[in-house]
Amino acid sequence: MTSDTLNPNPLVQALERMVLIRAYEDTLVGLHGQGRAAGTCTSVGQEASAVGVVSALAPEDLILTNHRSAGHLLARGADPGRLMAEVMGKRDGYCKGKSGSLHIASKEIGVVLTSTIVGGELALATGVALSRATLGGEGIVVCFFGDGAACEGRFHESLNLAALWNLPILYVCENNQWQAFVHRKETTLAESVVPQAAALGMDGTSVDGNDVEAVQAAAAEAVAAVRRTRKPFLLETRTYRLRGHFEPDDQSYVDPGELEHWRGRDPIALLRARLERDGRLSAAGADAIAARARAVMEQAVAFAEASPYPGAEDLTSDVYA
Amino acid sequence: MQTMTVTDAVSSALAEEMRRDPTVLLMGEGVATKRLPLVEAFGGARVRNTPLAEGIIAGTAAGAAATGLRPVIDLLFAPFLTYAMDEIVNSAGKLRYISGGQFAFPMVVLAQTGAGWGVGAQHNHNVEAWFVHSPGLKVVMPSNPADAKGLLKAAIRDDNPVLFFTDIGLAYADGPVPDGDAVIPLGQAAVLREGGDVTLVSYAKTVHGCVQAAARLAEAGIEAEVIDLRTLKPLDEDAILRSVRKTGRLVVVHEASRMCGVGAEIAALVAEKAFGSLRAPVVRLTGPDAPTPASFPLEQAFVPQAEAIESAARGLVQGR
Repeated sequence: MTSDTLNPNPLVQALERMVLIRAYEDTLVGLHGQGRAAGTCTSVGQEASAVGVVSALAPEDLILTNHRSAGHLLARGADPGRLMAEVMGKRDGYCKGKSGSLHIASKEIGVVLTSTIVGGELALATGVALSRATLGGEGIVVCFFGDGAACEGRFHESLNLAALWNLPILYVCENNQWQAFVHRKETTLAESVVPQAAALGMDGTSVDGNDVEAVQAAAAEAVAAVRRTRKPFLLETRTYRLRGHFEPDDQSYVDPGELEHWRGRDPIALLRARLERDGRLSAAGADAIAARARAVMEQAVAFAEASPYPGAEDLTSDVYA
Repeated sequence: MQTMTVTDAVSSALAEEMRRDPTVLLMGEGVATKRLPLVEAFGGARVRNTPLAEGIIAGTAAGAAATGLRPVIDLLFAPFLTYAMDEIVNSAGKLRYISGGQFAFPMVVLAQTGAGWGVGAQHNHNVEAWFVHSPGLKVVMPSNPADAKGLLKAAIRDDNPVLFFTDIGLAYADGPVPDGDAVIPLGQAAVLREGGDVTLVSYAKTVHGCVQAAARLAEAGIEAEVIDLRTLKPLDEDAILRSVRKTGRLVVVHEASRMCGVGAEIAALVAEKAFGSLRAPVVRLTGPDAPTPASFPLEQAFVPQAEAIESAARGLVQGR
């Protein structure tokens, strides 16, 4: 993120991060196609949600995420090279190659206990928040999950306990309309998860998850509320998973009209158009952002491919403390 | 030395460890209701009643353990652990490894199991082998109040998730418990009786059947060595092998069912590492492949008793 200083406008910085996330995931999709990296669960189309929420956080805050985590990690400042090394199962990955893409955590940047069991992060977040509440400090906990996890029993259990115990958690439901290979409309009658928070005595709000400006504003308000009240809050970002559940996935089960509609609401294209229209970014400036992201990815791929695989001695290390 | 029950020994260990370490806290269904002296001593923030929701209790413990606390959770009865399997097995057991060692999970899961109260199969199911089979976890199952206290203190101080099973049938049995900070390290079996003719290996309630059988065998001139495993993982392989190399005969006894149980592991261990010392085939006495019945006589029939242990040992020694 050395380019942060190039344009001080926060929305331009947001665009730069979103473009970086897209470039990272597109690069991995390409590498997977060439057999050079494992397939990933991408968050393509959801970049505004990740960047909008994470940019509202303070360094001492902790994030829990899930298998669709690239946006959260990169928005938090993860090194794309170390992320790619992890996806490739290399020693220099954030988890020494033992996670792969699905459960990448990085304590050093405050992304902890990533679980790929849908709803797993919801069950762990209450404990992380209990630690924060018990051991002191200003930090809050942010828990990213999808509309699929909101169909798990743990969603209810987690929100209920957090509300009951006044735990400082910002729950962020990235409602991307898809639960693996099943559309949200096939799994629940609820159009929004927010009323479920209200039923448990928790405040919540829903926001257009493809509008980074709107997400940033809603997240800033929500984060401030959690920090001030030390009580949980549920933020729903309405967005769309533009690619399949994992790579490769031909998305043959996706309604073409719906996909086309959401492609027309691509959060990166929307933001770039808005910034160019308002005169806050030139076409050349936008192209430079894209070029920088490509250059970062070239370096990241080189770093990851040069990193060694773990050794046989690593097979049984870090099982027990 | 004091006399107390296993239940009181657990409370005593909790109180001592909570006093010693301010990061230890207790959570679960009714812990603040049933262990009032702990609430009075340490306050409601460290002794927390929870909703009847085992998954979130275990998940909260795992999340808290990874970020600076040492939670002990009481999930009451072992079959209830099925609601918490993801948090215990997939999170607490795996996220240290998956993350390349970034996190540790110093937490203890308490649960009761075993015959004795006629509570039936959804409150009584000896599931300890499930957790022995899962990486990243440790498993303890004591047979008496002194061990319950000393092992729980060690479990709380351990940096790994520990499943701590107590035997329902032993809950209110009195026993001597040493005064002071008597920590019993995990992974060390106890030799309760020495003998050169046959080794009886067990844990939890059936240890007492082994001790009774050994006394009767002695009357017949057969000297049985009785080993109480105390910890199932890590398993004290040396204690088992040392004894079997001496006696050449082994009876393994437990209440959990036979197939892929702890006894199967011990039989395999002895076959692999002490085959040459064996003078007779290994015998396993276990509960049947059946849910546990509530009816008292059936519940008793479920558990290997002293008579059966004595008979099995006698058979090995006399070559029958």
